[in-house]
Amino acid sequence: MGTIGEFIHAIPVDLLIIQTVNGIVTGMILALVASGLTLIFGIMDVVNFAHGELFMLGAYMGVIAFATTGNFWLALLLAALIVGIFGAALQIVTLRPLIGRDPLNTILVTFGVSLVLQNFALWQFGPVARKISAPISAEFTLFYLQYPWYRIVIAVLSGAIIGALWLFLKYNKFGVWVRATTQDRVMAQAMGIPVPLVYTGVFALGAAMAAASGVLFAPFGGVDSSMGLQWVLEAFIVVVVGGMGNLAGSIVAAIFISLLEAYAAVWLDPSQAVIVSFVVLILTLLFRPTGLFAAPK
Amino acid sequence: MTTAPLDKTMPLGRTRLSHSATFWIGFSVVMALLIVAPLVLPPFWRGFLTECLIWGLLAMSSDLLIGYTGIVSFGHSAFFGLGMYGAAAALLIVSPPNLWLAIVFGLGAAAGAALCVAYFSTRLRDIYFAITTLIFAQIFYVIIFTWTAVTGGENGLIFDRPHFSIPHLVNVPFNSTTIHWFVLAVVAGSYLFLRRVTQSPFGMVLQSIRENEARTRAIGYPVERYKIVSVMLSGLFAGLAGVLYAVQKEFAAPDFVYFLTSGEAVIYNVMGGIGTLVGPILGAGFFQLMRQLLAQFFGDQFPYLIPLGIIFIAMIIFLPQGILGFARRWLNR
Repeated sequence: MGTIGEFIHAIPVDLLIIQTVNGIVTGMILALVASGLTLIFGIMDVVNFAHGELFMLGAYMGVIAFATTGNFWLALLLAALIVGIFGAALQIVTLRPLIGRDPLNTILVTFGVSLVLQNFALWQFGPVARKISAPISAEFTLFYLQYPWYRIVIAVLSGAIIGALWLFLKYNKFGVWVRATTQDRVMAQAMGIPVPLVYTGVFALGAAMAAASGVLFAPFGGVDSSMGLQWVLEAFIVVVVGGMGNLAGSIVAAIFISLLEAYAAVWLDPSQAVIVSFVVLILTLLFRPTGLFAAPK
Repeated sequence: MTTAPLDKTMPLGRTRLSHSATFWIGFSVVMALLIVAPLVLPPFWRGFLTECLIWGLLAMSSDLLIGYTGIVSFGHSAFFGLGMYGAAAALLIVSPPNLWLAIVFGLGAAAGAALCVAYFSTRLRDIYFAITTLIFAQIFYVIIFTWTAVTGGENGLIFDRPHFSIPHLVNVPFNSTTIHWFVLAVVAGSYLFLRRVTQSPFGMVLQSIRENEARTRAIGYPVERYKIVSVMLSGLFAGLAGVLYAVQKEFAAPDFVYFLTSGEAVIYNVMGGIGTLVGPILGAGFFQLMRQLLAQFFGDQFPYLIPLGIIFIAMIIFLPQGILGFARRWLNR
């Protein structure tokens, strides 16, 4: 009977609580990335392979804008704006000609875009990771750690952006257009909604959200050209686990998966902890292929 | 092939060859050129050509999915890489190294991976297939990269090239010319086999899944089962390409398991022309040649994927049929 007691005592409670906080913070950023991805998918049926690269590009833009303006929040806004405009241009040049073709084409094109952007960043900014300092340096004591307030701010801010997106979709005229187009593309067009414009707008919005999460994440991860892949994979897993095109589902799934990974990192090497989210994906595919949080139809 | 019937409707005085006669003549001419090539090319381009053929085999295997079944796989690097590491295992464990054992080990490993990927990822509709295959490739990458004790981790594995041996008949070491011939024989054989498969009733079902999955299912074909078999078949040939690469280069490295390898295979397909089987080989050759030329003009550090990526994007938008697209119908007849 001693073994169970020993096992319970061996659980590092303080570490688990720290990892819970960590998991929620990463989960909120991931939710921000994934909600852009799921928005683009929901409306355009486009699986945006380049989403991670938009995240990475946003982070780089944030680093550059921070270096010139010296204000982190201004840099965050600028990066989101620049990448948003870039996203609109990208949609017009590469995705608009593909409307009405097999969806496979959009996967291929966004994959090509991601390849070009990633290599461009490597070529332009070099292989060394860039650092950017957090705008808030205050810390509070969490057990034996000095935990930065900045991380808490990130989680709240990500939540606020997602909330703003939700309000936008619910009450704004453009948001209503977006929802109408998601429900029935042909009918929306017949009602006079400029569907191509809605497509471009949504892509720009998704890109801006990815960029914002890139800038928010930059202070504690460093910025390099290959960071996009890791994030886009996680975001894909979140979107599949949360149910395709389901905004609320992907937020819950993002936090769920980030928490699992954070707990796994207590016992595993961080590079292997990634496998936990893969396992979640496989189990989801096995038992609920439509996603864990999919709305019943 | 010698019994090609003459076209009954041919006009008087002009001899028109039948479709299959033209096909076999073309095939023989290309084969003859590729057989002679290593004898006239300088050593560097000889190795380059062999490598192009191997990439072509990888691309051809993925064409079975993209071009015929209509699903894009980003997981072919896993099959290719496991073929590579399977061959490495056989070559390192068994002494003296045996070529055929390497192939068996490599194909076995690739088949195992393919079964696992096929079982899970065919449960979702086409778009999510691409993502799940990519994630599986990443799982295998993480395993191979971090399991240093067995796979050598980041450094990979180095081994000796096996001899070409048939028991009681021949046992000769490979040189750069004979390995080219060996690779050529395997690739040509695979091409003929895959061509036969795509023309068989099984291949017709795959193509009908590409054209209209719901209707195929409604007719009564078990679509999932067909998809699983096509993914496994495709994975086997990708594994074969991995074995050949390992034998030619005498090493196995985790870089090849990274998803970029699958991505490049997809690019070869689009450039050469999906659904043609030979197109992807041509696409691989074109891609590798461009890469080589760019490296020679602008130096090794030049990010060749930027111009090639832009060409790739432009081709999807303006020339989705690829270089050989115009011949697609003819090649599949």
